[in-house]
Amino acid sequence: MSDTKLHFNRKTNYSWLFRMAWRDSRRNRSRLLLFISSIILGIAALVAIYAFRDNLQRDIDEQAKELTGADLIIESRKPVKGSTDAVLDTIGERRAKERSFASMVYFLKNSASRLIQVRALEGAYPFYGEIGTSPANAASTFQQGRNALVDQTLLMQYGAAVGDSIKIGALNFAIAGSLERVPGQSGITSAVAPVVYIPLKYLEKTGLHKIGSRITYRYYYKFYNDGLLTATLKKLGPLMDKEGLDHETVATKKAGTGRAFNDLNRFLALSGFVALLLGCIGVGSSVQVYIKEKLSAIATLRCLGMNAREAFIIYLIQIVAVGFIGALAGAALGTLIQFGLPALLADFIPIEIQMRISWSAIGQGLVLGVVIALLFALPSLLEVRRISPLNAIRASFESSKSKSDPVSWVVYLFIILFIYGFSYLQLGGWIEALFFIAAITVAFGSLYGLSKAMMWLTRKAMRPSMSYLWRQGFANLYRPNNQTVMLIVAIGLSTTLIALLYFVQVILINKVSFSSSKNQPNMVLFDIQSAQKEALATMTRQHQLPVMSQVPIVTMRIEEVNGKTAAELAIADSLAGKKDQPEQRGEGPQGRAFRGEIRASYQQQLTSAERVVAGQWTGSVKPGSTAIVSLEQQYAERIHVNIGDTILFNVQGMLIPAVVGSLREVDWNRMQTNFRVVFSGGVLEKAPQFSVLMTRVPSKEASAKYQADVVNKFPNISMIDLGLVLQVLDDLLGKIGFVIRFMAGFSMATGWVVLLSAVMASKGQRQKETVLLRTLGASRRQLNIIIALEYLFLGMLASATGIVLAMAGAWAIATFSLKASFSPDVLPVIAFFIAVTLLVMLTGLYNSRKIFNHSPLEILRKES
Amino acid sequence: MKTILDVRNVSKIYQSAAQALTVLDQVSFSVTAGDTVAITGPSGSGKTTLLGLCAGLDQASNGTVALNDMDLGVLSEDQRAALRNQHVGFIFQNFQLLSTLTALENVMVPLELRGIRNAGEQAMELLDKVGLSARASHYPIQLSGGEQQRVSLARAFSNQPDILFADEPTGNLDTETSEKIVRLIFDLNKAAGTTLIIVTHDLELAAKANRTIKLKGGVIISDSAVNYV
Repeated sequence: MSDTKLHFNRKTNYSWLFRMAWRDSRRNRSRLLLFISSIILGIAALVAIYAFRDNLQRDIDEQAKELTGADLIIESRKPVKGSTDAVLDTIGERRAKERSFASMVYFLKNSASRLIQVRALEGAYPFYGEIGTSPANAASTFQQGRNALVDQTLLMQYGAAVGDSIKIGALNFAIAGSLERVPGQSGITSAVAPVVYIPLKYLEKTGLHKIGSRITYRYYYKFYNDGLLTATLKKLGPLMDKEGLDHETVATKKAGTGRAFNDLNRFLALSGFVALLLGCIGVGSSVQVYIKEKLSAIATLRCLGMNAREAFIIYLIQIVAVGFIGALAGAALGTLIQFGLPALLADFIPIEIQMRISWSAIGQGLVLGVVIALLFALPSLLEVRRISPLNAIRASFESSKSKSDPVSWVVYLFIILFIYGFSYLQLGGWIEALFFIAAITVAFGSLYGLSKAMMWLTRKAMRPSMSYLWRQGFANLYRPNNQTVMLIVAIGLSTTLIALLYFVQVILINKVSFSSSKNQPNMVLFDIQSAQKEALATMTRQHQLPVMSQVPIVTMRIEEVNGKTAAELAIADSLAGKKDQPEQRGEGPQGRAFRGEIRASYQQQLTSAERVVAGQWTGSVKPGSTAIVSLEQQYAERIHVNIGDTILFNVQGMLIPAVVGSLREVDWNRMQTNFRVVFSGGVLEKAPQFSVLMTRVPSKEASAKYQADVVNKFPNISMIDLGLVLQVLDDLLGKIGFVIRFMAGFSMATGWVVLLSAVMASKGQRQKETVLLRTLGASRRQLNIIIALEYLFLGMLASATGIVLAMAGAWAIATFSLKASFSPDVLPVIAFFIAVTLLVMLTGLYNSRKIFNHSPLEILRKES
Repeated sequence: MKTILDVRNVSKIYQSAAQALTVLDQVSFSVTAGDTVAITGPSGSGKTTLLGLCAGLDQASNGTVALNDMDLGVLSEDQRAALRNQHVGFIFQNFQLLSTLTALENVMVPLELRGIRNAGEQAMELLDKVGLSARASHYPIQLSGGEQQRVSLARAFSNQPDILFADEPTGNLDTETSEKIVRLIFDLNKAAGTTLIIVTHDLELAAKANRTIKLKGGVIISDSAVNYV
């Protein structure tokens, strides 16, 4: 007989609880691991991305000098005054100069031409790293003669080789080398604007160094002494501010490049996080089923004297352990994947990345995996505390579920805070994190709501007249312990991501393709000087091509806004507290208005892409009266100018005052010239100007012939071929799309794992029912039909819901962001719907096959 | 003799949205230490509910249940768990062995919960007493129904309980096995001097107890220890 004294304060024996957790898991380990496998891919994605970020940051730090190629770069977008040029020629210990601008290159061998970025270089730039060429010495020797280094992709595209000739402007150059690597340039930027290097000394002879060409002037410097660089920058500060010169050092480049890749990393991390969240739903749902199955064992332990806390700890230990194993597997997989990321993102990165194992990324992945698995399992785990020992003697006993558990609400709060906190860490802003949470909530909420609605509809649609197999298949969707909502959310969300991606890609392509429709121009010629205008128009017509529009462009700068000069407004900015913000120095909203050159036009009437949103449009003014300008709405906002304000424009030396008469909304997406500043007629007609001509070429051959003729007769004129733009855009979207699909793939695969684990989790219950049906005489075929029907419906509901959401999202993006129409093709949508549905059905059938591998007696005996 | 279980005016009412369902109504009785009591009655008479209340698995809506002089109504769930661990043993109709634990580990659980060091040895001795030492490392699924109930018996006696509650201990067994189990229960009970409360509708089993309490419709209709009118 035991001691009659009761010991209430029993000490918790943790080592025994660990032992019990181990013992209790014995027959469930593979299932527990399957539950947790839902988070493996999410963790893998995040670890890979974190490791990539760490490696990228380290390599940016290590290769920052190779990125800039110099210790200091001074840049101007307008011609540098002689006196300033003299100063710039005296600083630094080694110097190089470059002029860069867009122009046409003409391949003499095959009479083909293309818009390129010309870099006219003088000096031994880069001082760090190298311009990668083939042959390797071409970078150091090309300046010795009339040679050019041509982008290797461009050479391939136009079938040119080293030794061939190209024509830039009025001058021919021999191709001295194929350009493989340019400091600070990524694959994407070279695809958009391929680079051709020529020696600076020949620039003038090309005839391209004229008004109208948008030339960027760069001065490269090497300093052997960092102190001297700092002193030089300090000394040059006022001059750079006055002359509107920008500068870049290794430090600013490092920070800038890091910032640029933050966005990419944020996108990647958030994509991984979505996959992880999806997996967490799987974990939460699987643990719920698991705990339900453990109800009897827990009740028995409670009868034997285990208190609620101890029972809770046993299952907590199990979840933390499998969460850790899942995170470990995810971290290992992520570490493997990270080595593939540089290849995936190679086109976006301007440096060479040496991938190494990142222990901090692995550590973050492990902590994240355990914390998130635990958080999402806790709502179900907390139920363990409420399992009554009465369940041991009365299986039907329902614990006081109706009473809400305040601890559960605390856990839900923690889940929300965790998601919010994580989003904040990735996005770096409270508002952005809030938007992300809102978007996730809307997606999850919509899927949840739609799945509930569809379950209700399914229930209502069921008719007694239907065959038993159909009714049973339908009923499985809403019977107790069904996985319908969870599966629809998981599969639906993956479907939404993939389908949305596809739709947006189609919208973008359609939008550009629309521009190439018959009534739209598909070739733009710019930098046409006044004297060339008529001749070019005539030549265009001779090629049987229409002159669809010829728009004048006048370059100018702003001298004053409402009587205040740039310097005065800069003081106003500094008084407004923006002095200490480096990014704002000289770049205040008003200060910005004075920087750079404005390309304005004049016209009598609004174009179809313009709409007046404030003030009144004035088509023309009488000679001698005050000029009236119309500003693009967002530009006016940026420079803080309103209707009635006066602006003093400097039109190549002549000061022209103008009053802001109207603000316009401009559809920049149209294939036509649009301007931020438009003068009414009667003011600028006599000003020095050049123009833009738009035409439509019917074929590639006609385009090549026309371009060749233009480049030969008017070497200063540049052309944009829409066909080429489409091709570049297609390439770009393909590359970006691949990265996005790769990340969405994690969500898709996670969705599939969640589906697998949900099917496995509910296998016990299925087994019972199936065995009963088999005992009652159902054939294997009939049972297979019931299971197939259930998963067919489930797949249909999930994919339909996902596609509907994706369509809604695509419509919103098309309407509000891209200002395009959205009309998806039916066939791809149907194909996608069928593919997802079949995948779900086959997975369901495949996993249920094990039910048939056991005899009914075996299972009935186990159950009893 | 000392009273080990004292049930006074106990009622159990389940409140549903529509109505209140009285499962037990003003039930009173007491049990002296070492006694064997059978609670019988038809299905739905409140036998299992009464057992749950007596064993501290549930709380009465009205009245008091005192186990070992301790009023269960004033104890928290954790305190009742400690009481069960130290003073109460259970035998269930469906054995309630933990499927992931071996026979030996199942018997060890109550001892380990109390932090007893040589739990394994004690559990082995008990398994030996029920004739299952050779099956100690077997899992419940590898044992027959009778063997599972014998493991359950060993587990019930492992913490040397003052009182043993048996809920239809032979309900899932064939006649021959039932007889063996009943014999074992009464033998072990006698040897340990434990009070035994059996809930059963098997009159033969009930007849083996010193006292029989009959329930019907949630009230005691007869108690062999008391004259009922």
